[in-house]
Amino acid sequence: MLTLEDLLIRQGDFTLRASMEIQGPGIVAVIGPSGAGKSTLLAALAGFVTPEAGRILWDGRPLTGLPPAQRPMAMLFQDNNLFPHLTAAQNVALALTRRARPTAAQQEEVAQALARVGLEGLGDRKPGRLSGGQQGRVALARASLQRRPVLLLDEPFAALGPAMKADMLDLVAELSAAQGMLVLMVSHDPRDARRVAGRTILVAEGRADPPRDTSALFDDPPPALAAYLG
Amino acid sequence: MVRAGGLSALGPADYAALRFTVLQALASAAFSVLLAVPVARALARRRFPGRGTLVTLLGAPFILPVIVAVLGLLAAFGQNGLVSRGLMAVGLPPLDVYGMHGVVLAHVFFNLPLATRLILQGWLAIPAERFRLAESLGFGPMTMLRVLEAPMLARVAPGAFAVIFVICLSSFAVALTLGGGPSATTVELAIYQAFRFDFDLGHAAMLGLVQLGLAGVAGLAILAVRVPGVSGAGLDRAVSRQDARGAVARAVDAAAIGLAAAFLLLPLAMILSRGALGLAELPASVWQAAGHSILVALASTLLCVALALPLAGRLGDVIGLAGIAVSPLVIGTGLFLLVRPYANPFTLALPVTALVNALMSLPFALRALGPEVAQIRADYDRLAQSLGLTGWRWWARVALPRLRRPLGFAAGLAAALSMGDLGVIALFADPDRATLPLQMYRLMGAYRMEAAHGAALLLLALSLGLFWVFDRGGRVDADA
Repeated sequence: MLTLEDLLIRQGDFTLRASMEIQGPGIVAVIGPSGAGKSTLLAALAGFVTPEAGRILWDGRPLTGLPPAQRPMAMLFQDNNLFPHLTAAQNVALALTRRARPTAAQQEEVAQALARVGLEGLGDRKPGRLSGGQQGRVALARASLQRRPVLLLDEPFAALGPAMKADMLDLVAELSAAQGMLVLMVSHDPRDARRVAGRTILVAEGRADPPRDTSALFDDPPPALAAYLG
Repeated sequence: MVRAGGLSALGPADYAALRFTVLQALASAAFSVLLAVPVARALARRRFPGRGTLVTLLGAPFILPVIVAVLGLLAAFGQNGLVSRGLMAVGLPPLDVYGMHGVVLAHVFFNLPLATRLILQGWLAIPAERFRLAESLGFGPMTMLRVLEAPMLARVAPGAFAVIFVICLSSFAVALTLGGGPSATTVELAIYQAFRFDFDLGHAAMLGLVQLGLAGVAGLAILAVRVPGVSGAGLDRAVSRQDARGAVARAVDAAAIGLAAAFLLLPLAMILSRGALGLAELPASVWQAAGHSILVALASTLLCVALALPLAGRLGDVIGLAGIAVSPLVIGTGLFLLVRPYANPFTLALPVTALVNALMSLPFALRALGPEVAQIRADYDRLAQSLGLTGWRWWARVALPRLRRPLGFAAGLAAALSMGDLGVIALFADPDRATLPLQMYRLMGAYRMEAAHGAALLLLALSLGLFWVFDRGGRVDADA
């Protein structure tokens, strides 16, 4: 369980408060107007932004002061999720080892992870020779191999077309179910949330609300969400 | 400087050196910028076969060893040079390139291309739409100049002038070879003479302070004007313009480009043709010196890169700019005084040269690497952190593989600059420890011109070759 305890994030004039408990596994959408702090909230969870007050706990253990790599979280960003100078397989292998040469067993694991996301045999390609959708799949393969209980998605598929994005979300749902992961997924499209997320966190007006049932939230939106949805 | 054992006061000769230094730098900068204007305009509005090559060649003097260029200039414009012989054939007196005008000639040779590139950049930064608008309003050439081109020149030219002025302030090798004597000595050359001939270290140290002060003032001046950077990108565009179609305009542009190309290429052609003959006559000392030079250049490159990488992205442009104002001879004198209590500095000539060369190349390396490192941090820092690629792993697996291109370029520059440097080595060297540029200078001093030309060709090939190897190494198989 992920706990946000009286969390206060301040960046210049911007403030965001959050207090909630999020039970894993499952997919939770994080939705709200742009600039409300969806990405900032994820950055704080991942350890890139230090909160001014409050604590973040995973299963009761506070994460305060832990560097990003030591938190129980994997994260995909809006862009630059792969190193262009490494092959797909080398990028995925970073989930298992920081060494330049993975062991044979690790290479086998990488090949399987790539196969699971439908990229069998493409491990030797560098990102420049993969389509946008394939790059997203490589990044997901790496995230799944990291075997962290929480996956943070900061709109990594925003640049993809609607059909491709839907495929990606389905793949995320598959991985989440298979590995029992809690996925927090930033989105500005209610259709994404309805498609895969059982629960939704609304971020608006300087506050992140505790997760609510997605259908219930959209069927009876509070004023801030209603204003955003238009 | 404290170790010099007391500073000595400045004499009249020193004031003369100071005055000459400033005057020649002003003249060099003025001629370079003035002559660059018509050349840049011609390149901006003409397209012709070889234009791209010519623009690329304008970047070449930067890695051209000074001593090679000086020998080429002598062969072309010297007393027994090509032009002088032509003049004598029609009964005119030969040219004399020693003294003030020789120093300025060499500086213009080196800096006219730089000024041309800077001003060409300014010209091409004027949007083509403005020229079209001007044409539709029926502007004549004079109106065009007043409304569009003069404001651009007023913006770009002072920066180009300032950069060249500062570069010429710390001129040593040119003054050593073409200047000299009481009327044509730069402060740098005076440091060398105080050091080498009089062994008056207090005097050398005092002059070092003068040079530092000069560089400091120049550094402030350069910060006051907006200094343009040479990007090199986008210079292959030519703006099509109505006002450039007249026969007079064509003739003027053709003359500007033709004369500039001849001025820049003739000395190099002389080195190539005469050097080929001289190669066979090279004494063993030249080959030994070439070996020293390669070692020094490689060590200097390694040092420069090792210093540049941790600094890249942390130091601003100010440091990079200040770098071109700092003089190698001042650093060299300082190092000599520091080392002297512990070891015989002359035995350390080659390591000291490698170190000073690395420091001289550092600003250029920082300018090449700094923006790239910042970009890599912006793009991949979070990803690397989330995967635990921090510390040396960040460098090994993320930064270095992505820096190959600028690193290759910076290493190439450092190697070529070190290979061709005739500065601090002249202070320290004894007969056993010469570098190739110094050995070449000695051959020139002994009037062994055949061998000097051969050594020049060898030096030219090694400098350009080292640059090419490193730069190429960074490009092969690099990912976008």
